Amino acid sequence: MGILEVKGVNKRFGGLQALGDVNLSVQENTVHAIIGPNGAGKSTLLNCLVGKLIPDTGSVMFDGQSVLGRKPHQINQMGISRVFQTPEIFSDLTVLENIMIPCFAKRDGAFRMHALESFAHEKELLEKAEAMLADVNMLDKRHMHSASMSRGDKRRLEMAMCLVQEPKLLLLDEPTAGMARADTNNTIDLLKEIKEKRDITMCIIEHDMHVVFSLAERITVLAQGRPLVEDVPENIKGNPKVQEAYLGEAAA
Amino acid sequence: MTEQATNTPIAKPKAPPSIVASTGFLGLNRKDATLLALVVVLTMLAPFILNPFPEGSGMAQFNAGYPDLMQRFVIFGIFAIGFNILFGLTGYLSFGHAAFLGVGSYAAIWMMKLVTLNIIPAIILSIIFAGLFALLVGFICLRRSGIYFSILTLAFAQMSYALAYSVLTPITGGETGLQIKATDRPILSGLEPGEIGRANFFGIDMRTSYELSLGDWLFTFNAGYYIAAVVMLLSFYLSIRIFRSPFGMMLRAVKSNQQRMSYTGLNSKPYTLAAFVISGMYAGLAGGLMVAMDTQVGPERMFWTASGEVVLMAILGGVGTLIGPVLGAGMIKYMENIISKINETILHQWFAFLPDGLEDFVVSMIYPFIGKGWHLTLGIVFMLVVIFLPGGLVEGGQKIAGLFRRKAKTDDTPSKTPAE
Repeated sequence: MGILEVKGVNKRFGGLQALGDVNLSVQENTVHAIIGPNGAGKSTLLNCLVGKLIPDTGSVMFDGQSVLGRKPHQINQMGISRVFQTPEIFSDLTVLENIMIPCFAKRDGAFRMHALESFAHEKELLEKAEAMLADVNMLDKRHMHSASMSRGDKRRLEMAMCLVQEPKLLLLDEPTAGMARADTNNTIDLLKEIKEKRDITMCIIEHDMHVVFSLAERITVLAQGRPLVEDVPENIKGNPKVQEAYLGEAAA
Repeated sequence: MTEQATNTPIAKPKAPPSIVASTGFLGLNRKDATLLALVVVLTMLAPFILNPFPEGSGMAQFNAGYPDLMQRFVIFGIFAIGFNILFGLTGYLSFGHAAFLGVGSYAAIWMMKLVTLNIIPAIILSIIFAGLFALLVGFICLRRSGIYFSILTLAFAQMSYALAYSVLTPITGGETGLQIKATDRPILSGLEPGEIGRANFFGIDMRTSYELSLGDWLFTFNAGYYIAAVVMLLSFYLSIRIFRSPFGMMLRAVKSNQQRMSYTGLNSKPYTLAAFVISGMYAGLAGGLMVAMDTQVGPERMFWTASGEVVLMAILGGVGTLIGPVLGAGMIKYMENIISKINETILHQWFAFLPDGLEDFVVSMIYPFIGKGWHLTLGIVFMLVVIFLPGGLVEGGQKIAGLFRRKAKTDDTPSKTPAE
């Protein structure tokens, strides 16, 4: 029994079957990659996991509880954090504030009226936030306006924001999309480092095979909304079905 | 930044102040404490500061240090401070805040008519009523964001105005509004038969004034103004605390990125609703104080132009800054009361030194911008500020301060590297 169990999920947009009978099982403390050509339904599947979309049929269980019908903030409070394709950060705020917000969310829940409280009494959270920033080598930038950072730094900040919540499952939606090779390699190193330092389950949606084969311990291949195979990376590489799904698209 | 994009205010984003700044006096950091102290001094000395010209001189009409106008400065200051908590922090632009001002006013005058002429219970009741009304309006309007939210609040305010103007005449007095009359017998007031009640603060009449005559200058110290000023200072202090609290940070997060907020496990709805209710309560407080200073209220207080005015105040002064809305409120009320009083005869007096034909020409050029044309002047000032100082008067002040600082630095340290 994995930490995330997706069973028989279907999602239809009008005449388009975006997801057809998808089954997925992500084991605890592994890196699981979901790959597939364009339009395979990877992002739709991810959106079903975080509460942005509700599947037409099927079940999504996380840690023994169903996530269906819950709002994104409730699902996050269950222990699922998400990294977006383009970094989603609070760009009007400083780097430290960006990290403080998930710290508060983790401790105080979805809402708390702390209008007359002061940051001076939040030493513990401040220390936690600064330790996290030190972890991703951004401590010297903590008072920087986060909008003025480079894209690579924004990506690191977003990951730090997710990690400071100590999620049980980290979902990554094409974390290296649009990045130069050097930045991609930095991101791979960052993710490897994260994996080494803590017990965390990661589920990565990715286009870039280099990233997938550097990180993943298990891979699910989606094609046209249906799971094609699920296996360890070595077997995926040589699988003729996978090659056909990718090359078929390239040849067309 | 999806649907929030339409909420982006006109002001340029600035680096927010560090949250870890040490806190000292009253839980404020040094910069905020200095600002508060400055505002305390300015409001307490306002009767002097606003009356720089001697009585009887040609410039005396630019004096703003009379009680009626000074009261308006601080009351609209409170209104704008509250509005800024919603608009400045969350970016939600309410176009119906005058409704809460009106509800507060009606609540206060009924308290005075029926129960007591002391202004404190009246003001407390006005805050409570405005808060409850804001809870209802906010709950409905906050289902949408951006322009739809603004239109919903505008619709609510216009409905409130229509209700007060006609349907609810038994409660609101309709078009003529409500005043305290000789027939009103508040149960806790102990009035003589036939005596008309006066608003008071534990026996001190709001209209009590002490006049100080120094040479040609006349300074008026009014009880009502000082009470309103103290309330304004408390409101200002509270708003600084909210701006600097974790709650204030969450409200800025709402403005910045609601998507990230919900994927961080935070529910932005109650945060925004709380900000809406707080700012509605500020508006109710302002409405209650208006009644305390001048015991009458009419439905025009809820008209949409009154809601628009507070938006102008916030933008003119500087959205999202602490002191900006107060400056904006002061500027608009000053122009409304001073420029509108200049008439053609006064213009002719000013330009009497010019040759006749030229004098008439100059007067005819300026005439559209004075008297009832003060709106035209306001419009031009507003356009200039939005185009050249998108951060409002506060940004103007910062630019001037920056110029001096840079100059001082280069003058003082010619041997070292010049300021960047």
